[in-house]
Amino acid sequence: MQTVIFLICAVGAVAAGIAVFRVDSMARATLALLASFIFAAAPILLLGLSYLGMLVILMMVMEMMIMAVFMVMYMMNPAGLMPMKMVHNNKMSLVIAVAVFVLLAAGVLFTPWPSGTAEAAVPGSTTAAGRSAADPTLALGLDLMGPHMLVMIVIGLALFATMVAVVVLSTHRGRYDRFGDDLQRRPADDPVRGGLGK
Amino acid sequence: MTSAPPWSIIACFAVFGMLAYAAAALSAAMNARESGTPAAAALTLPGRETARLLIRQRSVTPGADPMLARLGTGLLPLAALMSILVIPLGQHAISDLSVGVVWFNAMEVLAWAAVWMVGWGSNSSWGLVGANRFLAQGLAYELPHMFALITAAVGAGSLRVSDIAAVQGQSGHLWFVVYMPAAFLVFLLSALGFAFWGPFSQPLGREIAGGAAAELSGIDRLLLLAGRYLLLTAGAAMAVPLFLGGGAGPLLPAWGWILFKTGVVLAVLVWIGHRVPAVRMERFTEISWLVMLPLTILQALAVSIFVLVGWM
Amino acid sequence: MTLQLFLLLAAALFAVGLYGLLSQQSIVMILMGLELAINGIIVAAAAFWFFAASGRPDGQVLVLVAISAMAIEMAMGFAITTAIFRARDVDMADSASDLAG
Repeated sequence: MQTVIFLICAVGAVAAGIAVFRVDSMARATLALLASFIFAAAPILLLGLSYLGMLVILMMVMEMMIMAVFMVMYMMNPAGLMPMKMVHNNKMSLVIAVAVFVLLAAGVLFTPWPSGTAEAAVPGSTTAAGRSAADPTLALGLDLMGPHMLVMIVIGLALFATMVAVVVLSTHRGRYDRFGDDLQRRPADDPVRGGLGK
Repeated sequence: MTSAPPWSIIACFAVFGMLAYAAAALSAAMNARESGTPAAAALTLPGRETARLLIRQRSVTPGADPMLARLGTGLLPLAALMSILVIPLGQHAISDLSVGVVWFNAMEVLAWAAVWMVGWGSNSSWGLVGANRFLAQGLAYELPHMFALITAAVGAGSLRVSDIAAVQGQSGHLWFVVYMPAAFLVFLLSALGFAFWGPFSQPLGREIAGGAAAELSGIDRLLLLAGRYLLLTAGAAMAVPLFLGGGAGPLLPAWGWILFKTGVVLAVLVWIGHRVPAVRMERFTEISWLVMLPLTILQALAVSIFVLVGWM
Repeated sequence: MTLQLFLLLAAALFAVGLYGLLSQQSIVMILMGLELAINGIIVAAAAFWFFAASGRPDGQVLVLVAISAMAIEMAMGFAITTAIFRARDVDMADSASDLAG
């Protein structure tokens, strides 16, 4: 049963991933990518990683919807009503992608992996490696707040740096535009007024 | 994870369907009272409206993307029903996932995708304006909403919804609304937000000809409106295990208390929807990020300290 | 379900993403390819966690790092697209090739 679900989701994820670059409508491409993410999250859920699987779904729905807005903003042909190809070096890209897949697949199939099948593996009980796994969500949380605290700190710092960099890059108005040359003007001169009147 | 018998799933969906109908009827009754017509007819208005929409033809706009539009209209009630799966009615939910809170959040975010697909797919500029409004509004309410959910989970030390309800039922524990009033209020606000109801109904605003629903008629419109009431109901029902003690209460059985509390929260939400004027999302975004977000972070900090010193 | 099947899925997702990365002209589409490729890494990390070392949460931490990388990549990508679009009114990687180097 699990294998059947996995196979359906795996084929769906790859098919939706290919559809991203085949459909004309940008809205459909974004939602195909979303479908690919949800299909790929299902196998993660099957492995018992319920928190991370749901996190991928939650984050990707939000991310893809924001992506859709950017699509409509920037693409010259978002609805795909005039089909056009926006690719360069298509053949070589295809060759490289297929070659990389063949190489990876060969590596996957010919490497002697430590353990074999995990048919009996049920989330929360004994897993393939033979060790009993407690709630993986709890284990992740304890690990992030304990031995791997550094990872969490680095992720947090990187996200914070990203927020600052993104605002700097994408805004074209600084404080002198808002508050005037002497920074005395109140309320600020904004194209869109916020709710607090600042 | 406890699995529920099949009949209980149907019963649960039926109960939520009736609650959603009651919300629609209450809203219609309030409309009738405001316009001075007798409110009794409003009780059957949602039913008559359903029948009317069922026999009406769906409208088709040229150059539309019917696949996305239909997917969107179907996804909205589906997301609401799936978010209901983790809410306990009685002792157990239909599917009491160990990450129920995250599940609820993910399903409620699916509404973004659904409304955007509907607004985009109908190939109408009003539809797209409404859809983009909903995304902007979603970005505004989502962060405080997540912190509110997490605060309740921190208080109980579990992401499982029935665990959160059970902790509040123990003796010596007050309902979480006492420890985390800010999180409760933010949760109610965001429930209005994800059901685009009342002050957050701008995505379907009248001044943009109905927004995301501008081009919908017939079964499509019915599904969108039903999904909206179901989402509102799911939000009200989720507030009960998270903040209002779940099934805790004297005399009545657990399911009775849950239904009563859900009904009260739902009635309050519908009432707010009729009493508070619409808020524009660029205003709400600033309020949400500069006031509500720090407030919920402080709330989460306070609850974490309560847990550490053993007050809850 | 075997480790090989999961890794094949991951490799396929990565390859599809790589194709998009190399072939698309629009920056937004390139970002989509990048997301697909990173998603392959997420699937592979989850599979390695389950089949090789499920007693330890390291694999989960790797998944979390990959998810954060996705978020950062998309935010920065859109910010750069916005900056280029403001400056030159283009959203194509080819029109910004002078940024290389």
